[in-house]
Amino acid sequence: MMKFTLAWLKEHLETDRPLGEIVDKLTMIGLEVERIEDKGKQLAPFVIARVIDAKQHPNADRLRVCVVDTGDGKPIQVVCGAPNARAGMKGVFVPPGAYIPGKDMTLSVGTIRGVESRGMLVSEFELQISDNHEGIIDLPDDAPVGANYAQWAGLDDPMIEINLTPNRPDCTGVHGVARDLAAADMGRFKDAAIKPVKGGFRCPVGVTLDFGATPSLCPAFGLRLVRGVKNGPSPPWLQKRLVAIGLRPINALVDITNFITYDRGRPLHVFDAGKVRGNLTVRRARADERLLALDGKTYTLDGSICVIADEDGVESLAGVMGGEKTGCSEATTDVLIESALWEPANIAQTSRRLGINTDASYRFERGVDPAFMLPGLELATKMVLDLCGGEPSDVVVAGSAEADERVIDFPLSEINRLAGLSLPLPEMRRALERLGFFAAGQGERLKIAVPSWRPDVHDKADVVEEVVRILGVDRVPSTPFDRGDASRKPVLTPIQLRTRKAKRALAARNLVEAVTWSFIDKKKAELFGGGKPELALANPIAADLSDMRPSLIPGLVAVAQRNADRGFPDVGLFEVGQIFRGDAPADQLTAASGVRCTLAKPNGVGRHWSKLDGAVDAFDAKADALAVLAAAGAPAAALQIVPGGPSWFHPGRCGTIQIGPQNILGHFGELHPSALEALDAEGPLVAFEAILERIPEPKAKATRAKPALELSAFQPLERDFAFVVERNVKAADLVRAAAGIDRKLIARVTVFDVYEGAGIAPGKKSIAIAVTLQPRERTMTDAEIEALAAKIVAEIGKRTGGVLRG
Amino acid sequence: MTDTAGLEKQILAEIAGAGDEAALEAVRVAALGRNGSITALLKTLGALPPEERKIQGPLINGLKDSLNAALAARRDSLKSAALEARLNAESVDVTLPVREAPFEVGRVHPITQVMDELTAIFADMGFAIAEGPDIETDDYNFTKLNFPEDHPARDMQATFFFNPKPDGTRLLLRTHTSPVQVRTMLTQKPPIRVIVPGRTYRSDWDQTHTPMFHQVEGLVIDKGSHLGHLKWILEEFLKAFFEIDRVGMRFRPSFFPFTEPSLEVDIQCRRDKGEIRFGEGSDWLEILGCGMVHPNVLKNCGLDPDEYQGFAWGMGIERIAALKYGISDVRQFFEADVRWLAHYGFRPLDFPTLAGGLSS
Repeated sequence: MMKFTLAWLKEHLETDRPLGEIVDKLTMIGLEVERIEDKGKQLAPFVIARVIDAKQHPNADRLRVCVVDTGDGKPIQVVCGAPNARAGMKGVFVPPGAYIPGKDMTLSVGTIRGVESRGMLVSEFELQISDNHEGIIDLPDDAPVGANYAQWAGLDDPMIEINLTPNRPDCTGVHGVARDLAAADMGRFKDAAIKPVKGGFRCPVGVTLDFGATPSLCPAFGLRLVRGVKNGPSPPWLQKRLVAIGLRPINALVDITNFITYDRGRPLHVFDAGKVRGNLTVRRARADERLLALDGKTYTLDGSICVIADEDGVESLAGVMGGEKTGCSEATTDVLIESALWEPANIAQTSRRLGINTDASYRFERGVDPAFMLPGLELATKMVLDLCGGEPSDVVVAGSAEADERVIDFPLSEINRLAGLSLPLPEMRRALERLGFFAAGQGERLKIAVPSWRPDVHDKADVVEEVVRILGVDRVPSTPFDRGDASRKPVLTPIQLRTRKAKRALAARNLVEAVTWSFIDKKKAELFGGGKPELALANPIAADLSDMRPSLIPGLVAVAQRNADRGFPDVGLFEVGQIFRGDAPADQLTAASGVRCTLAKPNGVGRHWSKLDGAVDAFDAKADALAVLAAAGAPAAALQIVPGGPSWFHPGRCGTIQIGPQNILGHFGELHPSALEALDAEGPLVAFEAILERIPEPKAKATRAKPALELSAFQPLERDFAFVVERNVKAADLVRAAAGIDRKLIARVTVFDVYEGAGIAPGKKSIAIAVTLQPRERTMTDAEIEALAAKIVAEIGKRTGGVLRG
Repeated sequence: MTDTAGLEKQILAEIAGAGDEAALEAVRVAALGRNGSITALLKTLGALPPEERKIQGPLINGLKDSLNAALAARRDSLKSAALEARLNAESVDVTLPVREAPFEVGRVHPITQVMDELTAIFADMGFAIAEGPDIETDDYNFTKLNFPEDHPARDMQATFFFNPKPDGTRLLLRTHTSPVQVRTMLTQKPPIRVIVPGRTYRSDWDQTHTPMFHQVEGLVIDKGSHLGHLKWILEEFLKAFFEIDRVGMRFRPSFFPFTEPSLEVDIQCRRDKGEIRFGEGSDWLEILGCGMVHPNVLKNCGLDPDEYQGFAWGMGIERIAALKYGISDVRQFFEADVRWLAHYGFRPLDFPTLAGGLSS
């Protein structure tokens, strides 16, 4: 997180622009302002006041009745519970109507134990400037009564927090932020050169980069000793800077490194030279080496982590956090200042592995400016000398901090080509040069040199972004997009059309669409034919969301049961979504599935006086399955229903929908009692699943015209037959036998009654069918009808053993 | 001499006294049937002297006519009384509730509705709908999209992986719909205009994140499409989607590995007691990310970045659904609580069209 204050920014940017304008500009150039904390504005009603009188409250031991002078000559009575409230003191007063940030409330006139209180004397906690709520703020005698407290205390410097994108390491420092703002015409960038500090002696501690045969994790390492320093609290201006961005001042040496981290985006480390033994080696940690770090925790390391070691072992986690043992304290007299470059990817990895995010790792993993490694060390040296005194050594450098030079060949037309924006060349040049780019050439092509602090800029498109970003995306004119001569044909693919029709069709059958997780519990996946090792997640977010679903039914059953547990047992739910048979793209199929529980019948949910209610059954699921297939374009006449289905269905109450045994489109039925038990659900529960990819694609037609309609001039006639058959004979066989007699003449065969019981021998049943005949050329004679009826009876007898019921 | 007046009086009384059509028929037969009393009188006429017949004839025939009329009247009244009695007996309690129409009970999920809305809007602008698998390769999900090797999104903390194959590669659950961009560019010649709605996955589960969610993204590749076109398309989309006349938009430079320049888009809004109104007010709400397709991505997909160019944008479907329909908790999208679905879901016949409105 990048934070700074307005006054801090102004150290690097000469500007008279108001806060609001600067903040808006930051966001508009890609440095999105996440939060502004303007204590000056928030604390405007809080004034310095003198307590004229403080008497014991008549009705409460712990309260005092104070009379407060706020500078306008009208004393105010305040009831105060702070132990340090006393006559003569100066504190901070706030009148009724003001907002108290630490209490998140607006103050009103109150009566406390019978005494009126017209305001409040506040603690630092109540102002949210510290955690101190021991007593009210106790100000020195010279504090001017009536003055604005925040202003007087210097708290009125607004704090700005930027949500920095990972490509901008240069803006992890106030200096870089100021450069961007100056480029965007927000003021003049103050970029004074940093003068090197001459060393007085050779640095007694040597540095070796030792990575053996492995890739180096440290391109360069600079070190310098300052001896004879006097460490202690840092000066108020420095403490104020750090406190304002939420850092805790520690001591001058440490505060200097924290300051430069935020000021310049250049993290540093200071070692107490008195606690370092021998020379420093920068290397990979050895397996199981340990370090007690400055956060008080001990970390166990390995060869992927880069460390700085002395003769005693690891002393610091490179670029992430220093060690406790060699940390600087007020007793430190000799300090080693480190300024180094680290491999960004390695820092990111270490920080993630160890779970430590520090201001240093935040910057190193983005990539600090290699050219500033030594200037940063010089700046730190100067501050140490200024604040702590001492005598600096020469600088030792291991490795090389050379930045690679990037020059981009940039045709000016790129701006218009990619951004649709025409800009005058001088304006573009000015923006780039203010950002630190160097642009050479006058014609249609520029050679653009990229500054060392911009590792994110490689390509022409990056330069376009810089120009557009600084000169304003709002200048890009909105340009109507011509749909051109592209075809006007429907854009949805067959499977997309099937999906949307399936959803609307199922919702139209009173089912409610759920969207359930694509991953389910391994046991459930196995139960429904899945659980293959290649479909198991290596890192599931929860143990019961571990395997890609082979079917939508287990997920739907789970949410149906959850609704039942909430008191809504009669639910009908569906989902149309992906199921996984393997990990290849072609193994991902689109299922349309649903469940109906207890009384969620297709014609109505719950009990009903009409007697059309009742428990869901396999035929409800069958109707759903056929409806969704029809809606999705399946040829109804070609679908065959075969008894039986997968193991998770009740074997005697389920069916398979297929077009021949090779193409199974779906299943329906009552769930198997043991499947229900395994899913922790209660029945009655019926389900269906149809695979939309399995629907054959209709033949492409040249035109949209429908085939000619033939209407017969002759009335249809209907004949009823009832057959007694064995109980296991399938109704579909009767229907098929009857329909097959004369496909031209027999328009329809329906089953209108099925009966078992009195009058029918045990083990048998009666099935009644109605056969509709549609003559086309002439009216049928009675003899013809009789002949046909006889054929039907004979054929059914032959195929099913059915006998016409007497 | 027969007392015709008395007879008439008596028969009329019998007609009036007949309780139903059968009794009335009996009266008719007794009077006017073959052996009826009036028929008998008529038969006597022939035997009467002519003078007498002149008097009695009209008298008896008149009597017959008036009795016939009385019988007909009585028959009508008995019939209507019988009908009334039948209707009375047949009445039902029409206040008994009937079953709700199934399409009034069923719902489609808000995610489905919003996807259909997106389809309607973008199909009208000439976009096709592209899709791809949920299980992706690291190459399509990250490498070809210009994610560096050490990008944090490639961490096990962030992305769901499957176990490594014998050759060391490992598949993953796509973390965004952008691999479909790659698939489209690899298989389709520009000009390309597609939107890609779909399921995506990230290892994140808290108040505002779910491990599975939905994204939609758009991709345009041709030889001339630039940021200005992108601005216009998004403007048109937002106006159409939120069903408002004008939309205030703000483009902020940002960073994504697969676009350069990259932008984030905020839309102008007014927050009022938990309700958000778009196209007015002074607040900005982040809604989507976009940018010009990064030259490295074009190269990785076999296109020359000096010849082809284009842009892409992406957003969360749950988020835009939540904003449009005032849904406060994104976790509820996957809870399948029937109360929530009944409330926030859509009726199956509310099919989004540009002509009839997207949401009603």
